[in-house]
Amino acid sequence: MKEIAVVSGKGGTGKTSLVAALASLVPNKVLVDCDVDAADLHLVLRPEVFTETEFIGGNKARIVDDLCTGCGICVDRCRYEAIALPTAPGMPPRIQPIFCEGCRVCVRACPVEAILFEPVVSGRWFVSATPYGKLVHAELGIAQGNSGKLVSVLREESRRIAEQEHLDFILLDGPPGTGCPVIASITGVDLVLAVTEPTLSGRHDLLRVRELTAHFGIPTMVCINKWDINPERTTAIEAEAAAHGILSAGRIRYDRCVTEAQIRKTNVLDRTNREITGDITAVYRRVVKALNEPGP
Amino acid sequence: MILAVASGKGGTGKTTVAANLAWTAAAEGMAVQFLDCDVEEPNGHIFLKPVFDSRRSVTVPTPEVVEENCDGCRICVGVCEFNALIVLNERALVFPELCHGCGACVTACPRNALVERGRPVGKVESGDAGGVFFVQGILGIGQVLATAVIHAVKEAARKEMPLTIIDCPPGTSCPVIESVRHADFVLLVTEPTPFGLHDLKLAVAMLRALGKPFAVAVNRHDAGDEGVALYCREEAIETMLNLPDDRRIAEAYSRGELLLETLPRYRPFFSRLLVKLLSAGQKEAAR
Repeated sequence: MKEIAVVSGKGGTGKTSLVAALASLVPNKVLVDCDVDAADLHLVLRPEVFTETEFIGGNKARIVDDLCTGCGICVDRCRYEAIALPTAPGMPPRIQPIFCEGCRVCVRACPVEAILFEPVVSGRWFVSATPYGKLVHAELGIAQGNSGKLVSVLREESRRIAEQEHLDFILLDGPPGTGCPVIASITGVDLVLAVTEPTLSGRHDLLRVRELTAHFGIPTMVCINKWDINPERTTAIEAEAAAHGILSAGRIRYDRCVTEAQIRKTNVLDRTNREITGDITAVYRRVVKALNEPGP
Repeated sequence: MILAVASGKGGTGKTTVAANLAWTAAAEGMAVQFLDCDVEEPNGHIFLKPVFDSRRSVTVPTPEVVEENCDGCRICVGVCEFNALIVLNERALVFPELCHGCGACVTACPRNALVERGRPVGKVESGDAGGVFFVQGILGIGQVLATAVIHAVKEAARKEMPLTIIDCPPGTSCPVIESVRHADFVLLVTEPTPFGLHDLKLAVAMLRALGKPFAVAVNRHDAGDEGVALYCREEAIETMLNLPDDRRIAEAYSRGELLLETLPRYRPFFSRLLVKLLSAGQKEAAR
């Protein structure tokens, strides 16, 4: 079983549209939407949810107003500025759950034990059926953190499904950036496919992604989306990528049918037979070939 | 006034809007600073081309074990909510990359066997960008504490600045919340596609939960469907900017050029946007 994570560094380069298209090509797989704070894959895969589970991201502190003497020790001890000063002397301070890191320091510091530490439901996750196979996805609650932990839960479930159903691939749609949820999405995968665009920002962010995948020792390929917007830049990025040990997975041309497919809530391969179909199929072939070749 | 430019979905044009807004304010004689809080992938520098004259490391207090004081009592292990400590061979051992820097272990240790030292998680750079005071944060590779770097960017900002423009990271979770936390007004940049609309709704819900006033800017407004326009009308959300789908904008962007320098015909779009934002922000401040 092989795990492939599609990431980008920069947002909006076409990760999700590419994953949706690859969903038509990659056989025997489970799909995972790891972009849990702005998940979009379900919008084009038409999932039918069959299990739904609450996600407890961790504990948060809560002040019991009746027990609080308003001494303010918790306010001083919180390093995350999550506890607002009382509005009047003797009034209880307010914990803003959004900023609570869940470190329990205030709970221990309170001299009258007026602070509770309670598990918080910070999202929900789903296993769904789609026309392309099972999809594991999630909805992080509004203004909730711990997205990295939620990504780990989704990946664990996808591995369980892949094992149980003897699947060959896990295809992960990653979040943008290089931080906590991205790290949770790529650790231990067999291949990272970075989708970029021929812009200075795309180049800059691709190189940061490469630093990250090199840090974790993950083989990395790059695919340049909308390459024909700036052909010279495309060639330059491919050369630079190669110098950083990134294999080329090919180029995908700019075609408005990608947005049109999204509007029709489908993927670009389902109802289109244009040149872009060939581009994406070639990307798929190169990725599979790279996975089957013995590593360096 | 602090204006944050955010979006649920990535790649909708946050940086384009924020950078050109800062450029417009400076061109109109305002004292303005630009804070790049997208510390995982900071790109504002590509367009505003700052000359950095200050650079500092961002650190998070992380415990170190004073071996001769530690007797392996495990109290620190018990108080750490992030599993960043274990005891091995009767000595505490710290996993710095799991540490959130809360200080619980240091306070709890009965033998003064833990001392906090600053662990670098990123850096903050600042300097002048053609009349705009520019600050950016860069999260170290493999680091997870983006919020600590974002906090440091805001700390490095000038306090008495009439206008601060914050370029936020995409998404709706911790790093975005930290970026918009002190903003007076937020501009959400979106695109008229199902992905753009879905993520706009999430961003709107986040801002409502935080009690932040906001408006919307629609990029490539003529290149998708009606969903975003209908949603904004239903929710009575003001659209302050509609930028057309213009290949020349995409090409200038690809070369790292500032839109308003390459295509001056768009200057009135941003002058009007700035007036609207300033007036909306002042109204909110008066409340």
